[in-house]
Amino acid sequence: MNAPAYCFSKEVIIKNPFGLHARAATKIAMLAKNVKSNVWIIKDDQRADASSIIEILTLACAQGSKVTIAIEDDSDLSILTDLVQLVESGFGE
Amino acid sequence: MSNTDDKEIELHGISASPGICIGKAYLVGKEGVDVLEKYFIDQNKLQEEVHRFKAAVKSAKNELHGIIKTMPEDLRQDAHILEAHMVLFEDKMLYGRTLETIEKELVNAEWALKIVVSDVKAMFDNMADSYLRGRAADIIHVSDSIMQNLAGAKVENIAAINKRVILIASDLSPAETSQIQLEKIMGFVTDHGGKTSHTGIIAQTLEIPAVLGTDNATSIIKNDDIIIVDGTAGSVIINPTDQTLIQFEERKERYESHKANITRDSELPAETADGICMEVMGNIELPEEVVSVINYGGDGIGLYRTEFQYLSRPDFPSEYELFDRYKDVVEVMAPKPVTIRTFDLSGDKKVAYVSRSGDANPALGLRGIRYCLQKPDAFMTQLRAVLRASAFGHVRILLPMVSCHEEIIAAKNIFNKATDSLAKEGVDFDENIEIGVMIEVPSAAIMADVMATDVDFFSIGTNDLIQYSLAVDRVNKDVAYLYQPLHPAIIRMIKHVIDVAKDKGVKVLMCGEMASDPINIPILLGLGMENFSMNPQSIPAVKSMIRALTVKDTRPFVQKVLKESSSNAIIELVQDTYGSILSDKFYYLD
Repeated sequence: MNAPAYCFSKEVIIKNPFGLHARAATKIAMLAKNVKSNVWIIKDDQRADASSIIEILTLACAQGSKVTIAIEDDSDLSILTDLVQLVESGFGE
Repeated sequence: MSNTDDKEIELHGISASPGICIGKAYLVGKEGVDVLEKYFIDQNKLQEEVHRFKAAVKSAKNELHGIIKTMPEDLRQDAHILEAHMVLFEDKMLYGRTLETIEKELVNAEWALKIVVSDVKAMFDNMADSYLRGRAADIIHVSDSIMQNLAGAKVENIAAINKRVILIASDLSPAETSQIQLEKIMGFVTDHGGKTSHTGIIAQTLEIPAVLGTDNATSIIKNDDIIIVDGTAGSVIINPTDQTLIQFEERKERYESHKANITRDSELPAETADGICMEVMGNIELPEEVVSVINYGGDGIGLYRTEFQYLSRPDFPSEYELFDRYKDVVEVMAPKPVTIRTFDLSGDKKVAYVSRSGDANPALGLRGIRYCLQKPDAFMTQLRAVLRASAFGHVRILLPMVSCHEEIIAAKNIFNKATDSLAKEGVDFDENIEIGVMIEVPSAAIMADVMATDVDFFSIGTNDLIQYSLAVDRVNKDVAYLYQPLHPAIIRMIKHVIDVAKDKGVKVLMCGEMASDPINIPILLGLGMENFSMNPQSIPAVKSMIRALTVKDTRPFVQKVLKESSSNAIIELVQDTYGSILSDKFYYLD
């Protein structure tokens, strides 16, 4: 894996009771589909491409998990903000 | 051959949705896509193969899109599963990798897809979380529908079923389940999947019986076999004898009339047959659960656990943050009471009632009021938030894990500071707010007369009271059999607390699991318990039990119970006396 060069990142806590389950991962992936560069979700030493539901699910984020959302290109800053908001709102659940 | 064919066979699986149905089996097969050929593609035909794959994905997506659009109203809430599938179609782990495999290895699209999917599936199969392991099924459903489009196979048309049947399948994809004409389906039986699979969730939503994960139902059951599905017991009976049929017909009727009765009557007051009104309330952890308490006919919130807002964060929540949440709950419930229990956390801010490794004996450690008193600032913040919320409805404060009288005095000191400061700031709150203590430590039960002098109510927390009194951790399977709510010692302790409460004029409430099981209700009524709080789903059954009893009869009954010397003898006595009322509740409610 290439050494990641993130330009912005934000740490968030997964609040919703079922963690990053399929429905939540779908919402993330749909938002991340529109990025210019890459958006990553990082948990401990693992990272997942935020546009892939499968990769997000394999992180197995339970409720209370701390994850970092990172972007590589500053033109994706608004998507980072949207993702952080999505996670912090508990995915509207 | 014909002899064995007609023999009654019983299969067992996971009871994913309760109820009983009897009918003809309809098998949903998935032939035609299992046998896969591997062949290589010429470099100059590569673009064609890539197109073929993309086109298959596109038509699979169109099919699914069509299904979502025409989905019946009552299944809309499950549509998100299908929407996840829409996005999965183009997931780079599936779509991107298959394209890469076709291009790099010059293999046909079917083969490339198969390899990619089996890799992804292996990843999920190794996950510890059962929910996530179950998601492998989503990926397989998506790949199956691409595969069917690649291979040009016809999709099995479940929508064409034209008689009332019990559906038998290896596993049902959400797309397949959503196409079913629901009025035609009496029940589900599958080889794979569990309670949280799509079929399980849909069966629960529709309230049709389902037995899932039978392993081999599709290989044993044949089309048009007569079968019985007992979703409550998790069993499937193939070719039942006349005797079995009659037995299950009766059981089915009892279940259905019983279910209809308790649902219809959940709004009725919990009034005994001799006209005494009891209060049946709900326990909640999240503000959103208020809705189910109301739906199930609860008379208020008997226990609002507040730990949730403290977890997963390094700091303590602010007064306003807490107030906002409490106010929501209080306003929705008003004028019915909301009993807010102050945070029951342990030293490292973990929920104390969940035992964890690390702390050798968390149940006996720094938790409940002990922790509150060591963090007076955080405790003060919570009390101020609760007091502010009390201006918007009927609030009561409940202190957890009290084991000595001094703890009540210390907590009330902080409480008085909270009221003084709010009064000075001119903030509205209920000046007559009631304060109660959890009776969950045996010392508090024994000292109930002393505890009563400084509080307005008791709330008996049976889960901990039983664990501490009998010295049994019921999670430990070696000793779990000793965890007996109807142990004579527990009944005597509860009797003591209720007697003292009546004598001292304080209210008494029971909020543990003991209150949610109908079998315990005759004894609790006989002991003089009048307020119960439980998980919202249990409210209708407990209310219906209360309505079937009279206080007049339970009093002398309890005198007999108190003479018994073992839990088993007491359970037997309850069954002998109230068996006819309890019989279906026992069997059908979990």
